[in-house]
Parts: sequence; C-alpha cells; structure tokens
Amino acid sequence: MSELADVFRREAGRCVATMIRVLGDIDLAEDAVAEAFTLAAERWPTTGIPPNPGGWITTTARNRAIDRLRRESTRPDRHLAAHRLHETGSDAMDPDFRDLDAFVDVVPDDQLRLMFLCCHPALAADAQVALTLRLLGGLDTDEIARAFLVPEATMAQRIVRAKRKLRDNHAAYRIPSAAELPDRLHAVLAAISLVFTEGHTATSGDGLIRADLCAEAIRLGRVLVELMPDEPEAVGLLALMLLSDARRPARVAPDGSMVRLADQDRTQWDTALIAEGHSLVRACLRRHHPGPFQIQAAIAAVHADAPDAASTDWSQIVALYDLLLVLRPNPVVALNRAIAVAELRGAFDGLAVLAELDADQLAAYQPYHATRADLLGRVGRNDEARTAYDRALELTTNPAGRRFLQDRRARLA
Amino acid sequence: MAQYLLSVWHDEDYVVDFSSDEAQRMVAAVGAFNEELQSTGAWVFAGGLHPASSATVVRSVDGQVSMTDGPYAESKEQMGGFWVVEAADLDSALEWARKGAAACGGPVELRPLQGE
Repeated sequence: MSELADVFRREAGRCVATMIRVLGDIDLAEDAVAEAFTLAAERWPTTGIPPNPGGWITTTARNRAIDRLRRESTRPDRHLAAHRLHETGSDAMDPDFRDLDAFVDVVPDDQLRLMFLCCHPALAADAQVALTLRLLGGLDTDEIARAFLVPEATMAQRIVRAKRKLRDNHAAYRIPSAAELPDRLHAVLAAISLVFTEGHTATSGDGLIRADLCAEAIRLGRVLVELMPDEPEAVGLLALMLLSDARRPARVAPDGSMVRLADQDRTQWDTALIAEGHSLVRACLRRHHPGPFQIQAAIAAVHADAPDAASTDWSQIVALYDLLLVLRPNPVVALNRAIAVAELRGAFDGLAVLAELDADQLAAYQPYHATRADLLGRVGRNDEARTAYDRALELTTNPAGRRFLQDRRARLA
Repeated sequence: MAQYLLSVWHDEDYVVDFSSDEAQRMVAAVGAFNEELQSTGAWVFAGGLHPASSATVVRSVDGQVSMTDGPYAESKEQMGGFWVVEAADLDSALEWARKGAAACGGPVELRPLQGE
C-alpha cells in the first residue's frame, strides 16, 4: 500500500523524535512508531485512509507510548529508567502524569534534539549520517546502504552499533548549549546535505527525485537557520538546497528521463525558491566568513542568474570551484571543477583536468564516468566514450538515470 | 548519574623521566585535574599502573589454573592508568576525558560502566 509508505516517509522522523523524548530510548521509540504503522496497515484497507493519516499515526504512537509509560510507572522497573536518554538535570517524566498530553506533543525542538543526537561527535561521521537518514529521514537501511555504496548488512550493523553506543554512554537528548553549538553544527549540516542529495537523486523508486526527502532536508535546514541565524554555513546550506530544489520541475522530462542542467527549460524553474535562495546567499556572503556550503550556494546562484546555459558566467563558476577546492579539497569537488572548465574552455581542456584526478578514488563514483563519457563523446573519442557510458550504467540503479545514459550512448556516431 | 572509565594509553616501552620539566608539568597538571574531580564530586577512583611488563594473566579452565607472564593483550599500546568518574551524561564525561587527556598528555579512552 503505497499511500502508507508515503505517510511513513512524511511522518516517521517527526514521530520518532518525539517518542525518543517520551520513552527515553531510540529502539522503544522506533517500536512504538512501527506499531502504529502496523496497525494502520491492518486497519486502513477496510476502514479507508483517515482524513489526516499523519495525525492518526502520531496519535496512535503517542497512545502506545502513554500505555507503556503507565505500565512502567506501576512497576519498579529500574532497568529501563537507568538507560534513558534524558535532558541533563531534569527528570524525563512528571510522576503524576498531569501534563502527559503536553509532554507527548510533537514539538519542533524534538527534531533538533534528534539531529544533534544522531550527529554526536562521539560517533563516526558515517554512523552520524546513517542514523540521521534512518531516524529523521525515515529511510530504510537498504536505501541508506545504497546511498553509501556499502552492503546492507554492513549498514544495518553500523546503525545498531551507533544506537547501542548512544544508549550505553548515556548520551543526553538535548540541544547543545550555545558554547557547544558551533562544534556540533558541522556534522549536522553534512547529514542534512546528504539527506537532500539522496532526495535529489534518489537511488530507488520510479521517479528521479523523491521530493519528500528534499522537502524534509529543507525543513530541517530551515529549523537550523531559525535556531542559528548567525551561522552563515547553516544559511548557506539552506540557500544551496533551495536553489537546487528550484530546478526540480525542469530536471525530469515527461517520460521520466533526466534533463541535464544545460538542456533544462529554465522557465520551469521555481522563481520564488530562486529569489529566496539568492537573498540567503547575499545575506550569508555579507558576513565574509565563507565556507563550503556558502560557496556551493553561490555557484548555484550563478547558474540561476543565467537565462540559458550559453549565457552562464562560467569564469565565475570556475573561480568559485577554485575557492571550494582550497577549503574542501576532494575528488568530487575537483570533478565538478573539471566540468566547469570544460564549459569555459572546451571539452579538451575539461578532459585534461579530468586526467589529473585520482581515477582510483573516483572509480565507484557514477558522475565521474558519466562526465568522462560526455566529454569523450564531445571530442569524438567514441569508443572510449562508450566504455565510460557502460561503466556509468553499471553504477546507476535509478531507472530515469539509466534511460538518460542509454540515450546519450546511443547518440554516439 | 553514570560512571565512566577514563583509561590512559601509551606505548609499552613508555618511560617517564620524573626529573624532567615536562614530567613535572604533567604531574602538576594531573594533580590539578584530580583535585577538580574531587572538589566537584565526580571522582570515584583513580590510579596509575606499573609498566605492563609487571602484569600476570591468570586463567581458570575446568578448575585448572594457569598463569602467563606479561599483559593479556599482545599489543604495542598498553593501559598506563585510569580514572573512574561519575558524570550526568556522555557530554559531561567527554569534557572530563578532554581535561584528562590535556593533563596527562596522552590519549584517553572513554568507556561507560554498566549500571547496576
């Protein structure tokens, strides 16, 4: 029942975040929310989907949580209480349950608490992002595994270990203090960015884009900016996501295939999102504290400024990539710089820049092979281009992406 | 409140020359850290260990006791000392670990103790 899956996507993270506060345990919270979805799967086929399915799930999970808390409060079960994630210095629960309804209300702060918990610096970066996608993004372990290019069993173990570590170490369920916030922020930004990327180029599903994941990442980005209006990188990330999301209507053709940036009908771009993204880019760059997300947002803003691909200010884009490479030297940034160089100075120069990259590091990175195939095709090295397209196709699970590459390959002379 | 083990690790052949200025600074810093733990009530127990070469491993299998000379882990890195501290949560414990690592000048492993 795909409606149920849609509701799950929209509501799971929100529900789990609140249930963790209510129940003081990640697994118990996931159980309560899963139980609610199981109940929905049983009932909805006969009763029909309720008018507000998300509200139904939240209420049901809340009721399960309340039942559990009442049962716990009547027996001296110290074991559960001992492992609670809690706000330091305050007891998790009013013993009289007078404010129980208010206590289990879904509040936005819960998701922030969960963001900082998932991205705790005591966890490895890959575990932080995996937990964020699982608990806040509502992704399956299988989907997260594919986003990270690791086997599903590896990812399942990574998530279980991360949850166990947080529980065994008595990690607090709270928003870091003002003094801690800057240090804790970077991992959160990286995780949100990855949720957006996963939504922007989904590895599964029929459509190229899972708009709900993008919307979720943008929502989390907005909450962060509200909390930290003086943090230019948080603003930069939000701007980047808005400017990327603005292109969504033009990224997929009616037949479901991907449309490259150069070929997109720019009249379909969302002008309201672009305007908001632009003003955010200007606002954060004024602070003269550039960071990777701000620079990527500035690059997206330069693209958004051009009424068509030919009039893009590629020299400015190459300059921004040069700056980004200094701040964040990595092969993916270098690949994007090579693409910009190819636009500014031609495919020969682009291929020359590509040739300097570490091909081993990029061997499993689909865009590297897709880019190489395109540039090789443009300079007429068609046999090599076909081989590169084949490699790119091996790494592409998304049906729309596969159709695009097959079409490009077939057009080679 | 929960208890955490903060263990200090260094190479098995680690030797401190206590007459050196560096060692004197370390001793003073660890002393100050211990005092802070005690004055805030976080102190549970602590101790420095003799070199790992002084260790004996005892095994009991089906009532048969055997002993081997030397540390259990055949590792270049050995535990040189430890603190057990009481802290409200992971972040507080990590802050103690940070201060402990700064005081003793070596890596500190933080690990939670099981509750009762």
